[in-house]
Amino acid sequence: MATEPALEQTGLQGPAAWEEEAEREQVHGLGPWRLGLRRLRRNKVAIAFGILFLLLVAACLAAPLWADNVAKTGPNTNHLSDTIQVDGESVNVVALDGVPIGPQYLKADGKFFMGADRNGRDIMVRLLYGGRNSLLIGISAALITTFLSILLGTLAGYFRGAPDVVIRALLDIMWSFPVIILGVALGVALALGGFQFWFIDISGDSLLIPIGIIGLVYVPYMARPVRGQVLSLREKEFVEAARAQGAGPLRIMFGEVIPNLASTILVFFTLLIANAVLLEAALSFLGAGVRPPTPSWGTMIDEGVDRIATAPHLTIVPGVMLVLTVLSLNVFGDGVRDALDPRAKVRLEH
Amino acid sequence: MGRFVVRRLIQMVLVMFAVSVITFLIFNVIPNSDPAVRMAGRQASQSTITEIRREWNFDDPIYIQYVTTMKMVFSGDLQSYFTQLPVGEEIRKGLPRTLSLAIGAALLWMFVAICLGLYSAMKAGKFADRFLTIVALVGISMPVFWIGALMNHYLGFKLGWFPNGGYVELTEDPIDWAYHLILPWTALAILFIGFYSRVLRSNVLDTINEDYVRTARAKGLGERQIMVRHVLRNSMIPIVTLWGLDFGAVVGGGAILTETVFDLQGVGQYAAEAVGQLDVPPVLATTMFLAFFVVLMNAIVDILYAYLDPRIRLQ
Repeated sequence: MATEPALEQTGLQGPAAWEEEAEREQVHGLGPWRLGLRRLRRNKVAIAFGILFLLLVAACLAAPLWADNVAKTGPNTNHLSDTIQVDGESVNVVALDGVPIGPQYLKADGKFFMGADRNGRDIMVRLLYGGRNSLLIGISAALITTFLSILLGTLAGYFRGAPDVVIRALLDIMWSFPVIILGVALGVALALGGFQFWFIDISGDSLLIPIGIIGLVYVPYMARPVRGQVLSLREKEFVEAARAQGAGPLRIMFGEVIPNLASTILVFFTLLIANAVLLEAALSFLGAGVRPPTPSWGTMIDEGVDRIATAPHLTIVPGVMLVLTVLSLNVFGDGVRDALDPRAKVRLEH
Repeated sequence: MGRFVVRRLIQMVLVMFAVSVITFLIFNVIPNSDPAVRMAGRQASQSTITEIRREWNFDDPIYIQYVTTMKMVFSGDLQSYFTQLPVGEEIRKGLPRTLSLAIGAALLWMFVAICLGLYSAMKAGKFADRFLTIVALVGISMPVFWIGALMNHYLGFKLGWFPNGGYVELTEDPIDWAYHLILPWTALAILFIGFYSRVLRSNVLDTINEDYVRTARAKGLGERQIMVRHVLRNSMIPIVTLWGLDFGAVVGGGAILTETVFDLQGVGQYAAEAVGQLDVPPVLATTMFLAFFVVLMNAIVDILYAYLDPRIRLQ
């Protein structure tokens, strides 16, 4: 077995390699962010996938443009008994036996570019509008998780003692629920009556419910590592220096501790979006996430799987879109981690 | 060791208690609607709702409601008001199927991940390694129900290489049992193969630079022996812990999606169907049951880990 060369290779991997690189390139005086950015820029694969993600987001944002100008239909408009002109021939959007047409690409002037579903709705239009919902849920949920994790992690790690005990117990209990089970339980409980508390009033079919649920269930996975980092940061000399200057806990937290968590937060945030989008799909697939007819990639796959034998495009199209999005975020997030925080142990469950 | 086990078991019971309280809160307190109406499902008659309110003590103080709920869940006479079937019986019937799925998938993903992770680490930085990294990332980016549905359709239905869903009892015909489970095992394992092979790769790369590996090499051991006996063995410890935890999580979570796609009729599919109908009693029972299973697995893993690594016991 040829491990000898591999051994030398590994000598040039990871932080050791960067130190060598740093010496070579005279990076004297550059901050960790500039160094990280420089490393990230060199990772062509990560950059390419980052751009892919932005393109996917842009495509979903442009959904109305496609709907109005090319497909000329809305995401929830049925065309059950309509016909379209394909190569001069008239074709039913949904055949008499209930099988919808497959992808037409540009054969029908962009109508039913990706085919139709059982109600004759334009899959391409639903895909783009559904992407808006999936991405909205993913990004909002990731923001909620990040906010709560920083809050809980910093409180527990900085004050230790009683707050730490309470917060850690809470996180441990949440952690013992598999994310899908917790998400499903909350989804079912909230689906029928919605959520009302104090001045908050959310109806059962609102997107805020999956956003809130997904934002909540990933908190333990991020708050625990954040707490660990805060625990070690609070013992650092610069925190002691700030304390000696008379800074209060709030100023130390916002001025000294949280800025030092930035790279961890950034890495987690990227990967959280990916996992939140996946969890949205899983919950919607089970019927505890986005409620039909609101499109999302999860609900589209759910509707497609039932008809996979006659119309596989209903499953394939939204799934490919979902996988591309999640993959681009995972590869980019991996690159960000390698560049900024190579030792971060990021692990999310889905 | 004995004291550690006792402490860990007490902790386990406390966490289970907390889990049951949270589950109770999720279904009976957080939502803003009449719990009896929710429990009855979507189309329920007024008399059913009245009966449920009496049976579950929904007019009593909250702690009595909690006790009633626990009694309902653990006495085994909890029933779905939607299908009129007893919930405990359904879970008991589904359990062997869920465990068949989870155990097989866990063995498969561990085996494949060891091979790929080790290979990737030995080729670190080369094309094969980069390629496998991308493949692993694709694997962790695919929803299990999506890839499962595609495999079931194309390999099972179209090509006819594998049965198109369904389950055969192990005691009935072990070969047919495995044959029916190959696709579900693979679909469920893909995600974890992606994840484990990458963890193992980085562990191996860390271990390869350890002094004892250099010593082994210096005393003239063969590469194969070094990799298997020294590097792999030490890289495996963190993975084996993860393995136990993930096994619990798969029984409690991933199985829901996989069983539904392949129609395995296990506990997961039972839960999924109840979710689809917003049928609360089975969802309540399966949530608690599956979360308990995860807590139990975590305790077992901790105890085993403490047995293997005495330093843990002191913490």
